[in-house]
Formats: sequence, C-alpha cells, structure tokens
Amino acid sequence: MVLDHDVRMLEKNNIIVTTLEKIWNWGRAHSFWPLSYGCNCCPIEMMASGAARFDIARYGYEVFRASPRQADLLIVAGPVTVKMKPVVQRVYLQMPEPKWVLAMGNCAISGGPFKDGYSVLPGCDTFLPVDVYVPGCPPRPEALFHGLLELKAKVLGQR
Amino acid sequence: MKGAETFFVDLARAIVNGLENMGMSALGAEIILLIIKFACIAGIVTVNIIILIWLERKISGFIQLRLGPNRLGPWGVFQTIADAIKLLTKEDIIPSQTDKIIFRTAPIVFIIISLMLYVVLPFGDGMAIVDLNLGVLYFISVGSLGTIALLMAGWGSNNKWSLLGAMRSVAQMISYEIPLVFSLLAVVMIAGSLNMSDIVNAQDKIWFVFLQPVAFITYFIAATAELNRGPFDMPEAEQELTAGAYTEYSGMRWALFFLAEYTNLFAVSALTAIMFFGGFKGPFLPSWLWLPIKAYIIMLVFFWLKWTLPRIRMDHLMAFSWKVLIPVTLANLVVTGCVLHFLK
Repeated sequence: MVLDHDVRMLEKNNIIVTTLEKIWNWGRAHSFWPLSYGCNCCPIEMMASGAARFDIARYGYEVFRASPRQADLLIVAGPVTVKMKPVVQRVYLQMPEPKWVLAMGNCAISGGPFKDGYSVLPGCDTFLPVDVYVPGCPPRPEALFHGLLELKAKVLGQR
Repeated sequence: MKGAETFFVDLARAIVNGLENMGMSALGAEIILLIIKFACIAGIVTVNIIILIWLERKISGFIQLRLGPNRLGPWGVFQTIADAIKLLTKEDIIPSQTDKIIFRTAPIVFIIISLMLYVVLPFGDGMAIVDLNLGVLYFISVGSLGTIALLMAGWGSNNKWSLLGAMRSVAQMISYEIPLVFSLLAVVMIAGSLNMSDIVNAQDKIWFVFLQPVAFITYFIAATAELNRGPFDMPEAEQELTAGAYTEYSGMRWALFFLAEYTNLFAVSALTAIMFFGGFKGPFLPSWLWLPIKAYIIMLVFFWLKWTLPRIRMDHLMAFSWKVLIPVTLANLVVTGCVLHFLK
C-alpha cells in the first residue's frame, strides 16, 4: 500500500502518480455519448443544445448515437408510458457498462402533468437507476448542460 | 536542406549498414528494416487518426457555426484521447445469437486491410515501403477487400439493420469501384506506369488534375462513395439503419471500424494527391512533408463535402454510378486514348 506521504515525496520529485481508475473516469466523464431518445418537447431543447447557439459539442458530448451499443448515457426526455416502459428498459439493458441515466424534464422525473393518467408512469426512476434529474417543462439547454456537468462531477468522484 | 530532403532514406540506409556491420546477413537487415517501417506506419496512422477525428469534429463545428470541442486542452485537442480511453474501457458485448468467429474477426480484418493500403504509398522521394511496380492495382484491389469485412460484420451480427447496411455497402462499393478504376486508368495511360513513384515523377511539369479534369471529378465522387463518407454514407445511415453494419458493435470493436474508416480516408486522400496533385513534389519543403500537406488539404475537402451535402437516396446513388459515372469515365478513357495515339 502506498502511503500519502510517499505519494507527496514522489510529486516533489516531479513524478505524478495516479490510478487507472482515475484515468478511466477522466475519459468517461469527458465523453458521454447520449442515445437519441425522446418524446416531444424535451428533445426539441436537446436538439437546440446541439445547434449553434448552445453547442453541446464544447463539452465533447455531441456524439448522439442511434445504436444503444455505442451509447453511454440514456437521456430520458419525456413521459414514459406503460407501453413504452419495456422498450426503454430493453434499450437501457442493451447499453454497455458503464452507463448513466439522466431524467430530463418534469415528465421523466415524476410524470409531470400526466402523473394521474392511466397510462403514464410516475417518473422513470420507478424502473431505471437515475443519476441526474434535470427539472423544467421543458428544461432549457443550459439546464441540460448543468445536468451533464453535474453528472461529470459525479463520475469524477467530486460529488 | 539537402540533408532534410533525404533524412529518412539516409536513416534507413544507416540502420541497414549498422546491422550488417554487427554481423547480420543482408537479408536479415532488410527484414528488420521492414519491421521498423511497418511499426512506423502503425504509429503514424494512430497519431494521425487522433488528429483527424478532432479535426473533423472541430471543422464540422465551424461549418455549422458552432465552436466544436473546446474544454479539454487548448482548442479541445485532448477530446479524442478522452473518447479513446472511454471506448477502451467500455463493456465488450457479444450478443448471444451472433456468429461469434465472424463477429470477432470482422473489425480486425477491416483495420488490417486499411493498414495494408499504406504499404505502396510513396511518402517521399524513394520512401515507399515496398515500391511495387503494380502499386495502383495493388491499392485498388486491397482497398476493395474492405467490403468483405463489412459484409462479415453485417452477417455475423445477425441483426436486420446490420445486414441491410452491409448489403448496401457491398452494392455501393462494387458499383463505385468501376468508375474509380476507369478514372485512375486515364491517369495511368498518360503516365505509362502503374508504379506510384513513376506516376509522381511523370507529373514533373504539370499536375494530372489539369490534364484529366473529368477523371479527377469522377474519381473524387467515386472515392467519396468508396469511403462510405457523406453524402454517400448509406451503409451507416443513422436515421434509417441505426448504425448500419456496426449496429451490434460496442466499445473497442466498434472503435476499430471507426479507426479503419479514418485510416482509409487518409490513404485515399494520399492516393488522390499522388495521382492528380503531383504527390511528394513541391517547392522549398522536403518531399516527405509535401504528401501529408496535400493529403490533409484533400481531406479537408472531404470533410467539407460531408458536412455540407445531405445524404442521397440509395436508388439514386446506384443509378448515378451506372448511368452517369460509368459512361462519362468510359468516354474519358476513349478520348484520352485517341489523343495519346495521335500525339505519338
């Protein structure tokens, strides 16, 4: 086991010590590739976040993948109906580890205005492990970026 | 200046002489030199791809009035490295219903084929790894083998989108191979050789792009289709086919396909520079700098096309090849042959 003062001694001699875990998390935190998934108005904001005015590419998160096999992040944008639930679940299970879920908008968080409907689930956290909630109806692109940066902080272990 | 020009050739000769002085046979020294050359190619290709992917993301940003990656390092240059680390550590999924052997070998075959393309390219004066006298033929035939790897990926994945994407890519590559070869033939007829160094040396006075403008345009269109790049990226049409032949691939296996496509892109751009823009010939700078410079400029045109034009429909794509490109290239061949015959 390497003690803290050993590490500090090495750093004094210009030798930087890190763990593989830290490097991996650095890579993962800076390249979330989201899956293209959404229902109606949250995805419009998601598209706006990809376009010129907001530009999600600045953070390196612009690679929206159509195949769940290549995606890291499932942005649940919109209400999940009873009929949609098995599909979303299956898409989530098809994604390779490590993977994260971001609930975007009030519908995905709690069912929103459709909460009392017979066909809408009260939030996607009833069946998915949600990492970050981004409230809003729909949330602005800045809010989505804030959510993604919070997720980055979580992956880097700062939160 | 003289030393810079022949730096790599001198270095290679020094290595061989050194090995022979140490008591190695001439053949052994040549083999070791070949291994060093291949290692260099692998290194060049890897570094090149990291730059290329960053460049493509940045340039697509500029074309769409965005900034592109700019958070990691200056101008976001470390973005690709973060992506590579992430892809290396992703879970490697092999679906249970796939044909496992074919599924696993397809990406390896694809990247090997694209690396094989670099063997005949003359990177500078006398700097081809193997100076084949059938260089152009070798490049074209090896380049078209990539289709088999794509078909392997599509068939092995046992997925409808994969298979459809693979079929499309086979159809597209086979039909665009013909105008590609015909337009290169016109250049070969003028140069009178299939050796790439000879073709470059034949462009001493005038670049072939000025002698063969029609062949250049048809070649450029066909090459874009061969590379599966936009506006001809039918095999990977995300809106229709999820990710085409690559749908079931995750992590590094998928990344290998991605790397191979960029490897191909650089190889074909270098071939364009060699066939039409005087290859390694140029003023002031040493010859081994001119080919990368020209290839990069041609690559920028490929990026520009991809991010400007919308994808065309599959049947239009095939009709364009068979009804427009092939007649035009054939007519170009006939005209070139007649002119050459009467000039002689």
